[in-house]
Amino acid sequence: MSESPERPRRVRRKRQLAGAAADAGTSPAVVLATAPPTVLRAGRWRIVAGKEFADHVFSVRFLVLVLILGLAAAGAVYFAAGAIRDAAPSVAGAPSLFLKLFTVSPEQLPSFVVLVGFLGPLLGIAFGFDAINGERAERTLPRLLAQPIHRDDVVNGKFAAGLTVIGLILCAITLLVAAIGILQLGLLPSAEDVLRLVIWLVFAVAYVGFWLAFALLCSVVLRRAATSALAAIALWLVLTLFGALLVGLLAGFIAPAPADATVSQQVANLSLQQELGRLSPNVLFEEATAAILDPSVRTVGFVLPAQVDRAVSSILPVDQSMLVVWPQLVAIIALTALAFAAAYVAFMRQEVRA
Amino acid sequence: MAGADDPPAVDGVPVAIRAKGLTKRYGDFVAVDRLDLSVAQGEVFGLLGPNGAGKTTTILMLLGLSEPSSGSARVLSLDPARHPLAVKRHVGYLPDEVGFYVSMTGRENLRYTCRLNDIDEVEAEPRMEELLERVGLADAADSRVDTYSRGMRQRLGLADVLIKQPQIVILDEPTTAIDPAGVADVLALVRQLADDGVAVLLSSHLLHQVQQVCDRVGIFVDGKLVAVGPMNELARRVAGEGMTVEVAVATDPSAAGSVLERVDGVSSVRRDHRDERLLIVEVERDVRAELVSALVAAEAPPLHVRRRGDELDEIYRRYFGMSEEARERVA
Repeated sequence: MSESPERPRRVRRKRQLAGAAADAGTSPAVVLATAPPTVLRAGRWRIVAGKEFADHVFSVRFLVLVLILGLAAAGAVYFAAGAIRDAAPSVAGAPSLFLKLFTVSPEQLPSFVVLVGFLGPLLGIAFGFDAINGERAERTLPRLLAQPIHRDDVVNGKFAAGLTVIGLILCAITLLVAAIGILQLGLLPSAEDVLRLVIWLVFAVAYVGFWLAFALLCSVVLRRAATSALAAIALWLVLTLFGALLVGLLAGFIAPAPADATVSQQVANLSLQQELGRLSPNVLFEEATAAILDPSVRTVGFVLPAQVDRAVSSILPVDQSMLVVWPQLVAIIALTALAFAAAYVAFMRQEVRA
Repeated sequence: MAGADDPPAVDGVPVAIRAKGLTKRYGDFVAVDRLDLSVAQGEVFGLLGPNGAGKTTTILMLLGLSEPSSGSARVLSLDPARHPLAVKRHVGYLPDEVGFYVSMTGRENLRYTCRLNDIDEVEAEPRMEELLERVGLADAADSRVDTYSRGMRQRLGLADVLIKQPQIVILDEPTTAIDPAGVADVLALVRQLADDGVAVLLSSHLLHQVQQVCDRVGIFVDGKLVAVGPMNELARRVAGEGMTVEVAVATDPSAAGSVLERVDGVSSVRRDHRDERLLIVEVERDVRAELVSALVAAEAPPLHVRRRGDELDEIYRRYFGMSEEARERVA
């Protein structure tokens, strides 16, 4: 470097001429620079997912949600255990008594599973509603996309991270409930009980996953995080509060069942209501929960007296319960996949800039 | 490369960015119109134009973040639309008004960029340290980004761009958010990068700031590159040979005015409306020396003679403010 300071300037001049020559199209002298071979590790969405996961876990919303869900669940199971203990003499030896901890709703409190059905969507929405528009608002999206990742790595990583956090919270709270139950009742779950709980958890994660995917879609399509949260919450409230009402109205319109309706008219109306209702992930989750956590449930939906005439009440093994709710599981996963696919496509087609 | 007949100077300096007929249409709106552009390694190229001229769209196409409607781009010999990861691994991009994750510290933000670029930790940590020092953020590195000023974010942005040791650096309006001292720092850094052999593409609407570091500039208006070349060459092309000269005299200005009018090459002389003693002389070519000697001969020596305005102002006015056909005439 001890040579004259003139040197860099000369080099610069030369380089500038190179660019100029290329512009002028005097091609024989133009050499294109090449990049060194680029080897990047596969599965680049995992880097995004790792960062998002850490963000979620250390966020205030994580703390608040765990606290709300944890308290509600602990309360529910405490009273459920009390009710079971009071009825102990009459229910001794009942099958899967342990699982009743999750489904019995004493006093005014909803049961644990109803609680998850109701508050689960909130969990999904909380971890998805500002996934993309948040990055836009903070102006981090162009910088992130300029790193060597594909565009879908962003949306995949965010969905994976959200799903992991949701799974973590649901598992932790279910374990908490089980632990309180064991302490309160002195009752240990059988292997089958555990298996049923694990299957139920899969349902629960898929169900909350739908709301995560839907919130993600809102965050892609809607520019502002507040709007996106409102849109997702609106759908959640409509489905939980007015879902049954809407389905009843619609079914009454398509297949009316007046006061003097024939049996077949009534059946037509009811089955339509049932089919329409199953478009909602909430209904699917309720049905699945009923059959998975209660081995005595042999069918979901309505049954005619003729169908249960002289039927011997008995309990189902796990695999038979699974058969009952297999369609529900497939449908929930399909709805989740649909919502995610919509978010994915919308994001891929969007311009990086506003 | 040396041989019997030496290759021209351009030989051997590779071209890092090359665009040919690059076009981006949104429906009927043409954001970038048949852009031809080359940036050599070690060159600072200034893409100048008013806001909304298509600068950012061009940059996004070069990074593979937006697909061109037609035409082609080569970045380090790669097509950004087909090999976006390789391109993005070697190109550092500082977006306009760069943002960071505000709940993380500056250092954590850089660390995330390292992970995204597959820079392993052993290498990344000392590199981060050095860059934070270089951009003057060593003390603030462990504070959350929401405590940073805009200028600090901009400097963190520069560290974020350099951490991947890019071969090409693209800076979109890098000087808008920072104070004058910061601007000087940024420009010095840009110059240093270029001297190290990095190709720098600088987009800006602030002509005065970037002219100090750009080897060549391209004037970009309404999606078209209306002029390319070194700054002084552009100025000459715009202004032609004519200029405006300001002459101050101590004696009777009207007498001096009639003396000046007789000088060959002077097209008009008028009084400055604010200062009596100033004469504004429009000349067809640089005849400042003749003006002085004419005045001296007439015993009305000038107090000063100087060229009015700035070449840059001229460029700005001509290109950014002029009508369509006037622009075509110049081009």
